Amino acid sequence: MEAVLFFLAAIGALGGALGVIAMRNPFYSVLALIVHLFSLAALFLLLTSAFVAAAQVVVYAGAVMVLYVFVVAYVGGGGESAWEPIPGQRFLAPLLGIALFVELAVAVLSSSLLALGTDGPDVNAGFGNPAAIGRLLLEKFLLPFEASSILLLLAAVGAIVLASNRRQTS
Amino acid sequence: MNIEWYIVLSALLFATGAMGILIRRSPMVILLCLELMLNAGNLALVAFSRMVGNGQGQIFAVIVMVVAACEVVVGLGLIVAIFRRRLPLNVDDLRELRG
Repeated sequence: MEAVLFFLAAIGALGGALGVIAMRNPFYSVLALIVHLFSLAALFLLLTSAFVAAAQVVVYAGAVMVLYVFVVAYVGGGGESAWEPIPGQRFLAPLLGIALFVELAVAVLSSSLLALGTDGPDVNAGFGNPAAIGRLLLEKFLLPFEASSILLLLAAVGAIVLASNRRQTS
Repeated sequence: MNIEWYIVLSALLFATGAMGILIRRSPMVILLCLELMLNAGNLALVAFSRMVGNGQGQIFAVIVMVVAACEVVVGLGLIVAIFRRRLPLNVDDLRELRG
C-alpha cells in the first residue's frame, strides 16, 4: 500500500516538474508546479511529517502560487524566442541534467550511511506533528526562528521598494 | 519504502530543476525551476530526518520554505520592476551586468 502511494506521488511530482520546464505558457507551468507541490506534500505525509506537509500545501500551493498567478496575469505569458546564445543549448542542457542526476545518485548510494536501505526507525505517534515541531522551533531553534521572521520582514519591504511606482531620480 | 527511494527521487527532481534553469529563458519560469530545486532539497531533508528518527531535519525544511518564500517575493518584485520599465522579460537580453 505504501509503495503504491509512493509511486503515485513520485509520478505526480516528476510529471509536475517536467511539466514546469516543458510548458510554453508560464501559466501552465505554474499549474504544473501546483501538481508537483501536492504530490510532494503526499510524500511528506508518507515520511510521517504532517506539519511540513500541511505547511507545504498552505504556504506553497496556497499563498506563493497565488502570487505567481497574479504576476503571470499582470506580466502576460509571452512566448520565448527561439534564438539560442549557445548553439545546441537545448540538447546540451538535458545531458548536463542527466549527468548531475547520475552524480548525485552515485554519491548518495555509495555513501556509508547504513540506515539508507531501511525504512527508518520506528517513531512514536507524535513524530512530526505540529506540537513536536513547535516545541523544537521555540526551544531548540529559537534563534533561527527569529532570524527567519526578520528575513520575511526584509523581503516584504524589499518587494515593495522594488515594485513601487516611483519615478527614477537620475 | 526505503529511504533510498526518496533520496533518489529528490536527486531526480533537483536535476530536473537544474535542467529547466539551463533550458528556459523567461525569468518567471526560472524562478519556478528554482522552486523545484529547493523542494527537492526539502524532500531530502525530510527523508533524512525520518531516517534518523529525529525531528530536527523538518525544522530545516520549514526554514528552507521561509527562505523560498522570501526569494519568490523578491524575484517577482524584480520581474514586475523589469516589466514596468518596458525591458524585455528574457534573461539573454538582460545582460548589462555581464562581465
